[in-house]
Amino acid sequence: MRLTILMVIFLTIWTTAWHLSGQRGYILPPPWDVAKALWSHAPLLAHHGMITLLEIILGMLFGCGFAICLGLSLALYRPAAAWVWPIFVATQALPVFAIAPLLVLWLGYGMASKVAMASLIIFFPVASGFYDGLRRTDPDLLDLSHTMNAGNWAIVRHIRLPAALPGLASGLKVGAAVAPIGAIVGEWVGSSAGLGFLMLHANARVQIPLMFAALFVLAIMAITLHSLIAYSLRRALPWIYES
Amino acid sequence: MPNKPHTTHDPMPLDIRVSGASLSFDRHTVFHNLTFLAQGGQFTGILGPSGVGKTTLLKIIAGLLPTGTTEICDQRGSSIQGKIAWMSQKDLLLPWLSIFDNVCLGAKLRGAITPQIQDRATSLLHQVGLAHVANKRPDALSGGMRQRAALVRTLMEDRQIILMDEPFSAVDPLTRIRLQDLSARLLHGRTVIFVTHDPLEALRLGHIIFVLNGQPATLKSIDLPNTAWPRPVDDPNVLKAQAEILTALAHSPQERTA
Repeated sequence: MRLTILMVIFLTIWTTAWHLSGQRGYILPPPWDVAKALWSHAPLLAHHGMITLLEIILGMLFGCGFAICLGLSLALYRPAAAWVWPIFVATQALPVFAIAPLLVLWLGYGMASKVAMASLIIFFPVASGFYDGLRRTDPDLLDLSHTMNAGNWAIVRHIRLPAALPGLASGLKVGAAVAPIGAIVGEWVGSSAGLGFLMLHANARVQIPLMFAALFVLAIMAITLHSLIAYSLRRALPWIYES
Repeated sequence: MPNKPHTTHDPMPLDIRVSGASLSFDRHTVFHNLTFLAQGGQFTGILGPSGVGKTTLLKIIAGLLPTGTTEICDQRGSSIQGKIAWMSQKDLLLPWLSIFDNVCLGAKLRGAITPQIQDRATSLLHQVGLAHVANKRPDALSGGMRQRAALVRTLMEDRQIILMDEPFSAVDPLTRIRLQDLSARLLHGRTVIFVTHDPLEALRLGHIIFVLNGQPATLKSIDLPNTAWPRPVDDPNVLKAQAEILTALAHSPQERTA
């Protein structure tokens, strides 16, 4: 219901803007032109959309996998953290977009450079969320487990890891939201397929409705991904969301 | 008299002898060279205002805070490490585990969950009236129920010595009294040291009470009313003793603020 109302408001504003801007379809196409483009270019959009989606998903898998490994090893081996963590924070000062041309140069026009972009952009929120979660285990819980003669590994497995899951979860949600940025920027810099590639081409050929259609597909993908992750997290970690 | 089910511990209760307990932060001495004896099989209360170092003292006894100078042993001179169960002010129930799994936490951490352990957990949960919520997560329980679960988890360790750090200070007065009665029943016969800032709690449960107070803090034992144990809240002697303790604490030199 709320979604319908929001959609109606959105479409009204869009149509009004189109009217006020002089009904120039090459600047801002009306919603129905975009709908037409969506329909007539459906196979094209599906093809490029699948490629971008795959880049995002692979990027999430690699980025999260690496982030989880790093967060865990740094939290478990503190001396390493003192050395390694500042380096990672420093690399964040460098915008990922700035190294996009380098990635394309090194990894080529294919999918690898886009997956690398998406992984890099996801990596930091996930790693820092998880690492913070692991570091902030309630010291009283650790005291309790010491009086229970628990081994270090048992404490990690049964207490510190589950206690860090909320931190990991919020990192994952941010990751899901920023992953498409990495993939699209990668495609803009240099590619032969994907929604970003399609948008650049449509723009060059003044196929503005197609550009908007590609944007629409991207938005749907990003929202679906985010909701899917939020939903799985709610199912997997009910104690965080139901209390 | 209190029943003592499920206790497999040594019939001879362990004393706890603490000597030379000292602690200072920077140049500020919290306490220096404290020495005292907690009689085996009895409840020893350590009463004092907030910030006096009660919890720290208890952590030193539990071996959680090595000081180097403190000697802690039983009457045979052997270490009490590994013979202690710890119960803190916070219930420390893990929110992702059911109450049942929470009370079995120690065994789980040691990788030693057995059918016997599970039977014991079921039976203890039944005794404290939590059998019906065994499969619920802690967030579904009230503060008093959670603290009862924490008490069961402490008992599941089946240690001869129980150290309790303001175990019931986070619950309402009525629940507190019920939890005190429950602990008296279930922990009877073990060596218990509990710290509290509540004179009434100390008077109800303590076979011996030490007051930890001053700057640096010192321990003084106090005289106790001669009534049945756990001491009833409505006993005039208990109430009088409570008033005396409060007056003495209120008129003692103020702790220096940092």
